[in-house]
Amino acid sequence: MLEIRNLHAGVEGKKILKGIELVIRPGEVHAVMGPNGSGKSTLAQVLAGREGYEITAGEVIYKGKNLLEMDPEVRAREGVFLAFQYPVEIPGVNSTYFLKAALNEVRKHQGLPELDAIEFLAVVKQKMQLLELNQDLLRRSVNEGFSGGEKKRNEIFQMAVLEPKLAILDETDSGLDIDALRIVASGVNKLKRADTAQLLITHYQRLLNYIVPDYVHVLFDGRIVRSGDRKLALELEEKGYDWLIKEEAQPA
Amino acid sequence: MHSNIDFMIQAPQTRQATEANPYLESFESFEKDASVRTPSWVFPIRKAGIARFAELGFPTLQNEDWRFTNVAPVRKLPFKPVFEYSRDGVTKQRLNALAFAGLKAHRLVFINGHYSEEFSSTFPERTGVRITSLARALITDSALIERHLASYASDEKNAFAALNTAFFQDGAFLFVPIDTTVEEPIHLLFVSTANEAGATSHPRNLIIAEKGSRLTVLETYASLSQGPYFTNAVTELVVGEGAVVEHCKFQDESMDAFHIATIHAHLGGHSNFTAHSMAMGARLSRNDIRTALKGEGAECVLNGLYVTKGDQLADHHMVVEHAKARCNSHEYFNGILDGRSRGVFHGRILVQPEAQKTDAKQTNKNLLLTDGASIDTKPQLEIYADDVKCTHGATIGQLNEESIFYLRARGIGLDTARTILIHAFAGEIIERIKCKAAREELDNLVWDRLEQNPQIAQKH
Repeated sequence: MLEIRNLHAGVEGKKILKGIELVIRPGEVHAVMGPNGSGKSTLAQVLAGREGYEITAGEVIYKGKNLLEMDPEVRAREGVFLAFQYPVEIPGVNSTYFLKAALNEVRKHQGLPELDAIEFLAVVKQKMQLLELNQDLLRRSVNEGFSGGEKKRNEIFQMAVLEPKLAILDETDSGLDIDALRIVASGVNKLKRADTAQLLITHYQRLLNYIVPDYVHVLFDGRIVRSGDRKLALELEEKGYDWLIKEEAQPA
Repeated sequence: MHSNIDFMIQAPQTRQATEANPYLESFESFEKDASVRTPSWVFPIRKAGIARFAELGFPTLQNEDWRFTNVAPVRKLPFKPVFEYSRDGVTKQRLNALAFAGLKAHRLVFINGHYSEEFSSTFPERTGVRITSLARALITDSALIERHLASYASDEKNAFAALNTAFFQDGAFLFVPIDTTVEEPIHLLFVSTANEAGATSHPRNLIIAEKGSRLTVLETYASLSQGPYFTNAVTELVVGEGAVVEHCKFQDESMDAFHIATIHAHLGGHSNFTAHSMAMGARLSRNDIRTALKGEGAECVLNGLYVTKGDQLADHHMVVEHAKARCNSHEYFNGILDGRSRGVFHGRILVQPEAQKTDAKQTNKNLLLTDGASIDTKPQLEIYADDVKCTHGATIGQLNEESIFYLRARGIGLDTARTILIHAFAGEIIERIKCKAAREELDNLVWDRLEQNPQIAQKH
């Protein structure tokens, strides 16, 4: 589904990603972990198509196509979804309107008929229960005045409505209390299907207690320095990143 | 600053005298004819108006109140007041295509400033309510009008209001008696059909809402032609004690037209006045909004939106006078400027010594869609009382890139994302319109205009 080959990227001349290699197949859940400043969020942003990053080498192939050549909206319509670390508040843009417009763009792209207001509402109601979200949120402006937890749940709610093929969750666990984390994680788990994949980007192991990854990768200084299964995350939890960084500095 | 303005009044007489000539000549012939149709008390008012105009002349950029708006193009137009009513190709169908024309309302239609009975329609109203043309009311309600007309719109420093006073023929006369509510909005539709350069109309509206009454007025200016005509309107409002009045002006003139309008509102104690000013049309538009809070506990909201493109200029010039204690005034103006268009916001808040516990707020936010667009924003606070709360703020910026990316990351295309955000910015103003039907219509209209204007959606 996604192949990242030797990806180098930076911003304003500063190199951040220095040769990422990552392959994600349908049905898999990958976690990318790493200390602050290792390039985790840059990876998420580059995959979603944020402007301002320079790609200096490498390629990203998504469903056989060159992802990096697509505009952000085309990536989204093709099924790439980024759950933002810091969801943006957009005053004056109604949540329902926004999400209906987004869903219909995705559907149009897939050759499906657009949903009318009533059909859309039916979809929304069902997905809101999944995230235990209050329907009032939909009457408000996008993310405006939402609590930190509500914003994160709203991201996953959008994911539930848009049904992406590849979901990238950027630090979705940060700022969540344990109850909210449980709700979010259970939502994400329910959205998992054999033909979809998830990429979790996280600093802490905590989220991985609830969303069990098939693969764990450690990102350090712009490169994946270690890959393994879930046990690697537990090991990191126990020993900290320093342990790996030291080993990295003195290769055997 | 004041000395500046006074100086301008005494500015070189020779140039102004010559430029006023066509106006004086036109006035002499008009006045002979008009005196036949209007009560005799109107004559000295007109005479004073033309004298004041001759004295003031057209304002120049040296005039502090006109620093950013050059009216030379208006001065250069031939002066051709439209003196007679003519249907001039207007049909019901063509009117229905105009904004708010389908809205359920009392409707007074004016063609080139003249009342059109055939296109107007009103519902039966409670006893004493008047919804009619000013020209007619001058005959039927002469004494009532005499007490109010030209008592509020001060011509002293306003050459255009003075010119209107000299030449006005018609407009709306609305009168709502004590404790009476007019349920349906009243729509004053001013249509221009003029193709001739300098064709001028001087609509004059007098709106009196007595103590405890309630009223919603929509005042719209639209065009069925493209010419560089000139609309010079004056609306005087008297908002009685405890009365609630919502006034929504929608300026949608032809893109070649010149539109200058003065609104003067006189507010009694504990009254509530909301004035919306939406400026989308005209090559040059200027709105002078003067609000005098003359009774304790009065409240006013001045809420405005200007959406310009090309070479348009939209100027809003507000003076809020807090004359008595415990009054609130809130001004909210948002501007969306595209192309090489220009916006002007000048908000003066005057707090008189008596006006303790004044709460006055003013914000002006601007979205510049291109490098060529510009805005001059000028708050001006003059406070002569000590226990007051006055705040003002202005912002000038572009669309938020984070927000654009967020929308795109959900599948919404760049153009649509930009349109959505511009619309939301306009929505901050539109949502303050209390009259639901008008609010929804305006919201749709702004959305349609943004979508129709490919320039707006494009990144420059």
